[in-house]
Amino acid sequence: MDFLLVQVLNSISYGLLLFMLASGLTIVFSLMGVLNFAHASFYMLGAYFAYQISRWIGFWPALVLAPLAVGALGMAVERFALRRAHKYGHVAELLFTFGLAYLIEEATHLIWGRSAVPYRVPPDLDGPLFSIMGTQYPMYRGFMMLVAVAMLVSIGLVLKKTRIGLVIQAALTHPETVEALGHDVPRVFMLVFGGGVALAGLAGVIGGNAFVTDPGMAAALGPIVFVIVVVGGMGSLGGAFIASLMIGFIQTFAVSLDWGLFGYNISQVAPVLPYLVMVLMLIVRPKGLMGTREG
Amino acid sequence: MEIRIKHAALAAALLFGASGAQAQLKIAYIDPLSGAFANVGEAGLKHFQAMAEEINAAGGVNGQKLEIVGYDNKVSPQEALNQLKRVIDDGIRFITQGNSSAVAGALIEAVNRHNERNPGKEVLYLNYAAVDPAFTNDKCSFWHFRFDANSDMKMEALTTWMAGNQKIKKVYLINQDYSFGQAVRKAAREMLSKKRPDIQIVGDDLHPLGKVSDFSPYVAKMKQAGADTVITGNWGQDMSLLIKAAKDAGLTADFYTYYAGGLGALPAMGESALGHVKQITEWHENVLPSSIEKWSQDFEKKYKTDFYYLRIRTAVQMFAEAAKRAKSNDPKAVGYALEGLRFETPTGEVEMRKQDHQLIQPLYLSTVQRMAAKGGPKEVKYDVEDTGFGFKTDAKLEASTSAQPTSCKMTRP
Amino acid sequence: MKLSLRMGSSLVWVATAVLLTVAPWAFPGSFALTLLTQMGTLAIFALSYNMLLGQGGMLSFGHAVYSGLGAYATVHALNFLGKGAFPTPLPLLPLLGGAAGLAFGVLFGYVTTKRAGTTFAMISLGIGEMVYACVLMFPGFFGGEAGISTNRTVGQPLLGLNFGPALQVYYLVAAWCFACMLAMYALTRTPLGRIANAVRDNPERAEFIGYDTQKVRFLQLVLSAFFAGVSGALSCINFEIVGAENVSALRSGGVLLATFIGGIPFFFGPVLGAVIFILFVAALSGVTKAWLLYLGLFFCAMVLYAPGGVASLLLVQIGMIRAGKFGRLAFPYVTGAAACALALCGLIGIVESVYRLSDSTQGTRMALAGLQLDAARAGVWVGSSVLLVAGLLALRFATRFIGRRWDAVQTEIRAA
Repeated sequence: MDFLLVQVLNSISYGLLLFMLASGLTIVFSLMGVLNFAHASFYMLGAYFAYQISRWIGFWPALVLAPLAVGALGMAVERFALRRAHKYGHVAELLFTFGLAYLIEEATHLIWGRSAVPYRVPPDLDGPLFSIMGTQYPMYRGFMMLVAVAMLVSIGLVLKKTRIGLVIQAALTHPETVEALGHDVPRVFMLVFGGGVALAGLAGVIGGNAFVTDPGMAAALGPIVFVIVVVGGMGSLGGAFIASLMIGFIQTFAVSLDWGLFGYNISQVAPVLPYLVMVLMLIVRPKGLMGTREG
Repeated sequence: MEIRIKHAALAAALLFGASGAQAQLKIAYIDPLSGAFANVGEAGLKHFQAMAEEINAAGGVNGQKLEIVGYDNKVSPQEALNQLKRVIDDGIRFITQGNSSAVAGALIEAVNRHNERNPGKEVLYLNYAAVDPAFTNDKCSFWHFRFDANSDMKMEALTTWMAGNQKIKKVYLINQDYSFGQAVRKAAREMLSKKRPDIQIVGDDLHPLGKVSDFSPYVAKMKQAGADTVITGNWGQDMSLLIKAAKDAGLTADFYTYYAGGLGALPAMGESALGHVKQITEWHENVLPSSIEKWSQDFEKKYKTDFYYLRIRTAVQMFAEAAKRAKSNDPKAVGYALEGLRFETPTGEVEMRKQDHQLIQPLYLSTVQRMAAKGGPKEVKYDVEDTGFGFKTDAKLEASTSAQPTSCKMTRP
Repeated sequence: MKLSLRMGSSLVWVATAVLLTVAPWAFPGSFALTLLTQMGTLAIFALSYNMLLGQGGMLSFGHAVYSGLGAYATVHALNFLGKGAFPTPLPLLPLLGGAAGLAFGVLFGYVTTKRAGTTFAMISLGIGEMVYACVLMFPGFFGGEAGISTNRTVGQPLLGLNFGPALQVYYLVAAWCFACMLAMYALTRTPLGRIANAVRDNPERAEFIGYDTQKVRFLQLVLSAFFAGVSGALSCINFEIVGAENVSALRSGGVLLATFIGGIPFFFGPVLGAVIFILFVAALSGVTKAWLLYLGLFFCAMVLYAPGGVASLLLVQIGMIRAGKFGRLAFPYVTGAAACALALCGLIGIVESVYRLSDSTQGTRMALAGLQLDAARAGVWVGSSVLLVAGLLALRFATRFIGRRWDAVQTEIRAA
């Protein structure tokens, strides 16, 4: 029973971390039609910036400053590079972000080295949250869930209660009309792109010390995030939320269950199951779970 | 393009060059020098360079100065084959490599083919870290010499020690799902069932290599199964994440690993590894007293990297000794002199077994502890990568303990 | 007889054939030979990829699946040959690789070609990841990440050639490369090729004129997978080893980069891209450790400033040459090249210094273009930055100069 509870909590915390990553990507994709291949690289940068800032100042300032720094970088990328690529179509934008991912990884190697950096959980958050029948649940995981939920709530508030949120919501489904109505869509794009990658940076600040901060972390988590955006549906935050939790549960429970499949244990294939789900979803329902647009 | 390469090589030679000798004896180091594993490749290169300096200071090898030339294999078997062609073009007759076993396998086959098709221009391959047992069993070759205990040998030593530890009752196996991880788990199962049939294997997981970010589900399974011991061949990110997840969940089991001391592992794991993560290696810096204590500290100061590969020191010294005995720097002659060679090292006598070209050497089981200067046990004099944590020897396992029978049927030239 | 530089002209094909034949003499050495062989193999792979992307409008992130599986089929066949089963001459084996690629194209293609655009791209990514994971999980058939080795000299020698020496392998690859180029070019002239272009440009309209877009895409994918399989087989023969890297995301990404750099809108673009890509990966990586950074920067620059690839930059000059006005552009181009060179020197200085400082195995001294420099000294940094900034400013000026001259010449041409 405690095993089940721990696994459920693990699934939820992992799923919420994935959601933090996927939410930014969904917003950017829905608004600009750009599937940002370098999104996970910004996640990685968030973790590294947080490591550096927490060495100079501390963890709590890093929690605020690192995502802002990542967001600023994202805005610069959008303004000076992505906007140019936009002229040549979606494929060019996709390819540019593809190259950008390589460049960010090399830059990380150069600045911080190729090994992992010791970005640690702050001592006040390190330790068990509660103990159930001998199994501990770490406090930091609880903190992760808290931040993710807070983020979801604030995104929801921004989108529904502020003016810029209204514009973004409209542009999510009808970008041309919004431009026709006279809004400065390029500026909106820049802010949204910066905001989207800032969310990824925040996920990096939280996830970097829970897991390992090393240059391979972008490549490890990147493809899964695409799966979530696709499965959840292009254009839908709610879909991304559901898909994140779904993938979190699938990956966690596939490991726990010792079912055999053609002589191979399901736990062996657990990390590959999300791709299977994605392919099936794309075949059966290309819009995704709650998607409003396609491709 | 061809000219630019030669130009750069010339410039590099001018930089390195001035040891003064004419025809130099070169060893090509074919390991990752760019990309994600460049730090591992660079660390190994420094070890080789330090040993070359020492050999040259003592007069070189048969009158020639030893030089190590780095080639980047990018951890890709096919790219390594490209580099091998460059090595052969550059006239180098000795190669060494360690990362990874996939590359090593490709290199052995390529070296065999080259030597068969080009008699008189043979190449000899010194393997310092690729531990797939096959290379000294069914894939063995006269031209290949392995200086690291292979993964079956390490498991043999590990399980022999574990057999004597009555506190171990429930063992959990977790490994990366590729040939190395599969070999580790297979050997662990076989050897444990022979030496301690009462030990229960309560779990056996294989996970895709480098793709798991969250090990907490696996750790939860370990807790539920009541495991008191975990055996894993994991390295890199897979190792660090597993140990961190174990600490977060409060798992008190002991972890028996191969690569807990590998580059970047302790900085990533930190406190999580304290007291219950062990490794089996041919050496660590707290194997004291030792005849090379001062040498290894000098190495660390000069090259800014820990002295980790005692086997590289052994390999280069045995290579020089074999060449001296053969009175020749020709690969075939050196090969014949190297097989069967017995050599004295700081940890004891080692033997390059003639049958399969596997080095038989003593191994050490050690545990991560805080260094003495930070309040840990007094044996932990030196720490790893300035983390404040180092290794404390649990036991020394003599060379004969790890030796394995071999299925090698070598054809000699 | 007017010399025609049009694609289909026999002059271009003859020139290609001559180039392929003469290349090993122009670039001697066994390393150069293996590079040329790899360029030939990658050229076929990139051309097959462009059948999907350039001609069919389908962006795929998993094309290495078809070439890799073709390679695995070939390596197993070669090992069977070695044991004496069904004697087949080695030069015919790429057909087997192609057949395997085709079979998997049919299998995966049927479900993936229902949609194009981002959906197709994502499915291809997912399938690529799954195949890669399967290769690692079934070591019995795939040999794990170490892969399966083979020996290409088994079997009966064909006309005295046993394909042991690298030169014979090069000519085998060159012959196949030429044949595949011809075949793929011919395909672009068939109705299927033309309708594939139509489906790429306007799928809705293609449906209106009576073509089933899914069937067209499916056929295009299947044929593309065939040629990918051929390239995989040739790669297997060249390296005599096939491993998980043949189906990896890195391989898929690499062919994408190569094709894009060469030029997607042009038939010969991918061939150019293959040459440039191999030079970066295999040759440049031997000269500098920063090769990956240079490749990334080059690729990003291409995406932003020349999305038609290197081929577009070259071919756009053909109109000028035909009108006889190329001479007018020579001077502006020279200034552009000089500005580029200046900026490049500055960039190389900075990048190499950064890499040298981060690499602790060789100290801080380095040799660049014959000059001995010390990366730790401020002089190198200041000098390189100055060069870079000056070069970028000069480039800005030069591109405007070229633009003005270009417009002027175009006006002249039109007025004539």
